[in-house]
Amino acid sequence: MQTFLEEVNERIGGVPIQSCYHCRKCTAGCPIAFAMEYNLNQIIKMIQMGMRDRVLNSSTIWLCASCETCVTRCPNEVDIARMMDVLREMAIESDVDVKEKNILKFHEAFLSSVKSGGRINEPLMIVNYKLKSGDYFSDMAMGLSMFMKGKLSLFSPKTKDIKSVRKIFEETKG
Amino acid sequence: MKVSYYPGCSLHATAKEYDQSVRVVSKALGIELQEIDDWSCCGASSAHMTNHKLSVALPARNIIAAEADDLDIMVPCAACFNRFKSAQYHLKENEKLKAEIEDIIGKKYNGTVATRNPIDVVYNDIGLEKLSELAAKKLEGLKPVSYYGCLLLRPPEICEFDDYENPYMMDGIMESIGAESRPWSYKTECCGGSLTLGKTEIVVNLVDKLMRMAREAGANCLVCACPVCFANLDMRASEDVRLPAFYFTELLALAMGLEGPESWFKMHNVDPRPLLKSLALI
Repeated sequence: MQTFLEEVNERIGGVPIQSCYHCRKCTAGCPIAFAMEYNLNQIIKMIQMGMRDRVLNSSTIWLCASCETCVTRCPNEVDIARMMDVLREMAIESDVDVKEKNILKFHEAFLSSVKSGGRINEPLMIVNYKLKSGDYFSDMAMGLSMFMKGKLSLFSPKTKDIKSVRKIFEETKG
Repeated sequence: MKVSYYPGCSLHATAKEYDQSVRVVSKALGIELQEIDDWSCCGASSAHMTNHKLSVALPARNIIAAEADDLDIMVPCAACFNRFKSAQYHLKENEKLKAEIEDIIGKKYNGTVATRNPIDVVYNDIGLEKLSELAAKKLEGLKPVSYYGCLLLRPPEICEFDDYENPYMMDGIMESIGAESRPWSYKTECCGGSLTLGKTEIVVNLVDKLMRMAREAGANCLVCACPVCFANLDMRASEDVRLPAFYFTELLALAMGLEGPESWFKMHNVDPRPLLKSLALI
């Protein structure tokens, strides 16, 4: 059976994360580090130590905004941003409790909008997110103001060949 | 010149003024846009954060559609640009993935057309000299900081766009139309992107920092080329620090005396018209 480290490395498919020598350049440049429970290099160490549940259940993997500053600056070319994508995929596939549920619900609302129309219908996507997250009332005034300015159209054009888009969703499933 | 045009979802909704200004400016600069036939969403952050194969397949569908016209693809949205470039990188590097994606889409991927952002097209193909000639109304008194954000630049081996730690193309474009581009250290910092709905407080923290730093640099506005950055700058900054934000194409249109700018400015959350009036630019 694969160790947690081996599985993460295989999915990244690039430089093994144990090349990290903990200079913390990634964490120093990370714009979201102030809000994370574990720093980026701590996550790497935790993976090496096999702390699967704590890593997959951490808020860090969901708060990462994929700005790619970490991988751009890493002296050892460890693809930390890709590692975060991999950890999110593994958290979704496993039965651990996802720590930042609303962030995942946003991604689900986004992708379900793509799947249904081929393109994002922003107002419907936001309503869908609100229903999923239960966060009904934030940004109502802003939404209304954007609607009045004609920025939120309920009837934006869709992709005609929607079958080809749905096929992509079907055939790329985990 | 003629290019394939991929507006993407935001440019048909919350970033309407970006789409309209790109079209107007392109026409004036002699760039003919041919919209990709029956395009679909690139999947943006949500696809690559949760499913790698999906994040390559969604842009690939559009790139393959554009290959039929054999024209380079102009992608104004920084998020879409990043997903297109990333898909092309993975399709080139990974034969097995390429075969799987071609199988799903049912068409061959040739890798024959390039993905380009309008900043690059304007800077390199049109050139600053021509731009300066066409800008009849120099934007004197306007002091923008150029905000490039993340997705145009990183990772550099995928984006192949400008200097990735200290980009200069948008600054050059601003100078050529008479604006005084202010130097600052936050050109490539992150605005928090798609966390804006799921984790609003983080985005407020990040854009407030950008606004404070822009003010410290002596700027009276920000200029950008990304609908996600623009939405966060325009809607999430706190009232006591916020400055107006622009898409760079809106300012090009204003300087070139083209139709449209005032109708776009009305759509902004932070109204830039008082600033522009005080500088006698509208």
